[in-house]
Amino acid sequence: MSVNVYIPTPFRHLVGNRASVKAEGATVRNVLENLDVQFPGFRQQVFDTEGHLAHHINVYVNQVEIENLAGEATPVASGDEVAVIPALAGGAGPTVMTPEMVERYSRHLIMPQVGSVGQRKIIDASVLIIGAGGLGSPVALYLALAGVGRIGIIDFDVVDRTNLQRQILHQTADIGKRKVISARETLEAHNPNVNVVVHETPITSDNAFEILGQYDMVVNGADNFATRYLVNDAAYLLKKPLIDGSILMFDGQATVYLPGKGCYRCLYPAPPPPGMVPSCAEAGVLGAMCATIGSIQATEVLKLILGVGDLLVNRLLLYDALSLEFRIVKVRRDPECPLCGDNPTIHELIDYEEFCGAPIPHATPA
Amino acid sequence: MPVSVRIPQPLRGLTGNLSIVPGEGGTLASCIEGLESSYPGMRERLMDESGQLRRFVNIYVNGDDVRFIDGLATPLKDGDEVSIVPAVAGG
Repeated sequence: MSVNVYIPTPFRHLVGNRASVKAEGATVRNVLENLDVQFPGFRQQVFDTEGHLAHHINVYVNQVEIENLAGEATPVASGDEVAVIPALAGGAGPTVMTPEMVERYSRHLIMPQVGSVGQRKIIDASVLIIGAGGLGSPVALYLALAGVGRIGIIDFDVVDRTNLQRQILHQTADIGKRKVISARETLEAHNPNVNVVVHETPITSDNAFEILGQYDMVVNGADNFATRYLVNDAAYLLKKPLIDGSILMFDGQATVYLPGKGCYRCLYPAPPPPGMVPSCAEAGVLGAMCATIGSIQATEVLKLILGVGDLLVNRLLLYDALSLEFRIVKVRRDPECPLCGDNPTIHELIDYEEFCGAPIPHATPA
Repeated sequence: MPVSVRIPQPLRGLTGNLSIVPGEGGTLASCIEGLESSYPGMRERLMDESGQLRRFVNIYVNGDDVRFIDGLATPLKDGDEVSIVPAVAGG
């Protein structure tokens, strides 16, 4: 029985600096002992003084942690992939996946781009979603299903009947309910492993830093320009990635802003005068559009967490549903940008209602 | 028909619902003037009173934002694709 063993960086000095070695054995225990025969000193790295696998070492067989299999007695077959992964110092300890989670996330776990290590990254991630509406709904749902450990949702609004044509977090019986509460109930029903944090407030210049600061990254599903500029500025000043999307009628746009690689102000330096570009309430939006753009946003979040693929950075995706065309145009960091340019003039959050000439809906008490 | 111009949905009321219309080459400015004569009202949607491109409507030539090329003086050659992309805020 010859298996392939992945060797992480801290142990490579023991194996001639190789990332992968062959080992023999019928069980994980045999394989680890065989590694010590081949590479003296290996045993001291992975076993404790009593001869058991050290607590800070996780072993995976074909991307499944052996604690979810049969521990050190887990059988291995020829060609299996074994990985010996130490918990990194300074962390809060490895995230333990329950058997329920291993089964739930199995379609992730079998993919080499995700695997057990990637799924733990997803579980350890935190994402703030601006708005539990058309875009926020599919984004939140897919991130919850994927197992994102902490999902923040900020929305001040109440579910009404006009939302139900597209906002899949909410159902008919939720009419009149606070959107964040309806959202949390839906997400917890889909995946009880996820911690849904609700922020029942409009996002404002006063609370944006405090709320965004609690998360790894931000997804924009706002429905007005003032909030979009506010979220852009706050995310940039906090150095948080912003996964942006917007929809109107049969049109959708999506892009990802990484700090230092351009921002919403680089793309659109100023908002339209009030009334010049209609809102969804004024012009309408095809409900299914939300899923297309929201799903792209959720996918970019997961790619960012996993560190795989090419992100939608410095690129604006344009979706024209009527002609069924996807196109991509370039997004550049503008050296003249007042926020992220070479000589920035915006160092703190401003009055976005004044900037846009329009109120942030419900942000100011009537 | 030296260049093709992609018209976004909000402006298709001006073009009889056409999503792609022919445009004149030369520069972006002359292209916009040509659009204005074919589709009156187009100039006002793309440029402000002072004759500058509106800052919430991006115009791309072959996928590149003209603000990073030469603005209204951006040259257009046969076969170029001009895309008009306004900001939308719906969510």
